[in-house]
Amino acid sequence: MANETTEFKSTEVEALKVRLAELLPGVLLKWSEFRDQMRVVCPAAELGSCLKAFKAAGFDQLTDLTAVDLLEYGNVNDRFEVVYCLLNIDTGLRLIAKIHLNEPDLTIPSATSVWFGADWLEREVYDMYGIVFEGHPNFKRLLLPEAFQSFPLRKDYPVKGRGERHNFPVITRAES
Amino acid sequence: MTQLDAAASWARANSLWPMPFATACCGIELMSTAASKHDLSRFGSEVMRFSPRQCDLMIVAGRVVMKMLPVLQRIWLQMPEPKWCISMGACACTGGVFDTYAVVQGIDRFMPVDVYVPGCPPRPEQLIRSIIDLQEKIQSGGTVNAREFKLRILPEGPTRFDEDELIRIRERNGFKLDDQKYNPVH
Amino acid sequence: MPLELLESPDLDASKREGLWTLNFGPQHPATHTTLRLVLQLDGEMVVDAEPDIGFLHSGFEKLGEVLDFNQYVTIVDRMNYISPLANEIAWHHAVEKLLGIELTPRCKYIRTIFAELMRLHDHLLCLGACVLDLGGATAFMYAFNAREAIYEICERASGQRFHTSYTRVGGLLYDVTDDWVAMVKEFVRSFPKVYSDFSGLVMKNRIFVERTRDVGVLSREEAIAGGATGPNARASGVVRDLRRDEPYLAYDDLDFDVCASQGGDCYARFQVRMMEMLESIKIIQQALEKLPNGPIFAGETGKAGIPDKKEVYRSIEGLIHHFESIMPNRQMAAPKESIYAATESPNGELGYYIVGDGTFRAYRARTRPPSLLHFALFSKLIRGCMLSDVVAVLGSINIIAAELDR
Repeated sequence: MANETTEFKSTEVEALKVRLAELLPGVLLKWSEFRDQMRVVCPAAELGSCLKAFKAAGFDQLTDLTAVDLLEYGNVNDRFEVVYCLLNIDTGLRLIAKIHLNEPDLTIPSATSVWFGADWLEREVYDMYGIVFEGHPNFKRLLLPEAFQSFPLRKDYPVKGRGERHNFPVITRAES
Repeated sequence: MTQLDAAASWARANSLWPMPFATACCGIELMSTAASKHDLSRFGSEVMRFSPRQCDLMIVAGRVVMKMLPVLQRIWLQMPEPKWCISMGACACTGGVFDTYAVVQGIDRFMPVDVYVPGCPPRPEQLIRSIIDLQEKIQSGGTVNAREFKLRILPEGPTRFDEDELIRIRERNGFKLDDQKYNPVH
Repeated sequence: MPLELLESPDLDASKREGLWTLNFGPQHPATHTTLRLVLQLDGEMVVDAEPDIGFLHSGFEKLGEVLDFNQYVTIVDRMNYISPLANEIAWHHAVEKLLGIELTPRCKYIRTIFAELMRLHDHLLCLGACVLDLGGATAFMYAFNAREAIYEICERASGQRFHTSYTRVGGLLYDVTDDWVAMVKEFVRSFPKVYSDFSGLVMKNRIFVERTRDVGVLSREEAIAGGATGPNARASGVVRDLRRDEPYLAYDDLDFDVCASQGGDCYARFQVRMMEMLESIKIIQQALEKLPNGPIFAGETGKAGIPDKKEVYRSIEGLIHHFESIMPNRQMAAPKESIYAATESPNGELGYYIVGDGTFRAYRARTRPPSLLHFALFSKLIRGCMLSDVVAVLGSINIIAAELDR
């Protein structure tokens, strides 16, 4: 066990760290704090057990699941960061858990078995970034048409698109 | 224009039943226009029928995205003649603030439009003004057997691919243009 | 519908024969703009419902990476378009948290008043539109008439009825005047009559009650695991309100109750929204009494906000300050960190996950849309209900397509 120790203000957080250390022996978690928010970086290989541990430690609501493409961020080693925002309903404690991914290996286990609200959030992350979630019950694009080829929120996709929005038949008044 | 045309146009202009194709925020202003403060039914639009078969005016209120455009075209084709289209709001006219990969930059690129209403969203008074404009347009040029529509054989919006857009797409994909033939405009 | 039918194995779509498919939307009056449902029906009973969304996906999050923090507020307005200022308040709350800016008291109170006015705005439309879908057009007209008064209040403050783009980083676009305060007081004075007219038409109406009681029941566990927040979750017994639990703006100083219910059905969601409207009026009244005087921009001496136009045009310091705040390479720099900040918007917990990258522009501006998670729950809510209940359930969970699709 090698959790990095940083000074936090509340005992609740310390208790959480102890509990997670019990539930995840041998997993290296990097904790940090910014503006009173706790963040933890988990190793991508242990994601499945980390998510189950978070649920067991009391985080019963998945508030948000999103991803960031760090291609143009500078000074980072990994391209994609998948972010899980978690909430403990009874105590109101929030946690932001992150994992880092690199191409070409963009497959991670799905969180739908832990919180079923992750269903559409994961489909959206796939739609926008191309990160594949295994074990998802209904895995396909959510917001864009099925025939759309690219992953728009990646940094190498231009804002105005590559002409997909112009590719439709024109109807004139005389023929309609 | 015969007297029969004038009579038919008068009747049609004063009883335009709208088909609200409300997609986004302009849809709420459309609902406000139909509500009791600015009452659209004073101008003949007594009912907002949501079935295309029963309407003669399609008000496209709100942004139209790639996924929705085939639906829009299909509903336009389902409306019987005579029919008119009002493009309400900046997003339906030109794409509005959303110059992104998903939003169609103006429905007139793909569909015939009669009246454009700018605004984001247009005030209810602007929409009412556009209905009055359309009524004047129908009165001045309408025919009983809808033959004025057969003359509009060319697409009326901007061309499918703007020259600038094509250049941007090519540059993004790494296609280098010969400098002597073309000077890129910033 | 009784709850035990929801667990009945007979409702498994793959095992039954004779089911027919009905496509509901995306162009349908009751789908609240562009939602599409593919319903599998056994006669009138809904066996399965698969939502198909994305008919309003406009690339909001991509725009968030192109526009800076003050420009993006115009786009954020257009997300939950029935309560635009609530989105702006949530966005700037997140941006100010990232930049570490503390607002002035007057700005906090004005934003609080607008947040509660927007709550009224949203609930009136949600309830009015749902009742219209169920057949009662009069209540819709009453609700819209009340909303016109709120439109005029927004117009007086910012110049636009709708999509006001009123908040800025560290403050507001313009300060409010005394006649604005008088207008809001007049609105607060006249609202109880509107409320009693509306609730008299709807809440004890036999048809309305029959169509919404025990329809679309959401249990507490499903609400938590599914990510439901706001009135939908509170109507299922999850008593959580960010205004009380994680206070922001002026909610610490104001006295209000959190409205919740145990039922979890459509009628409970309606009741929670109706009660919240009354609480909002209470909050607005208190905030108007306590409205402090003072500047609206935080850190007038620092670079936190755009100075007042009188200063910009009449003093060199004001001009320089304005220049420093507006020019692209001279603005405040966000730290290279990420935060998640949420506010209690009328629809639920509207949060923003912003990644800053050292400039005044977000590297990633993610919106956490309450409507997305609520619509994902829809297929659980509708199983075992009749076709006509689809409309009631859809109306009661208040899906805003632009927030859903972004």
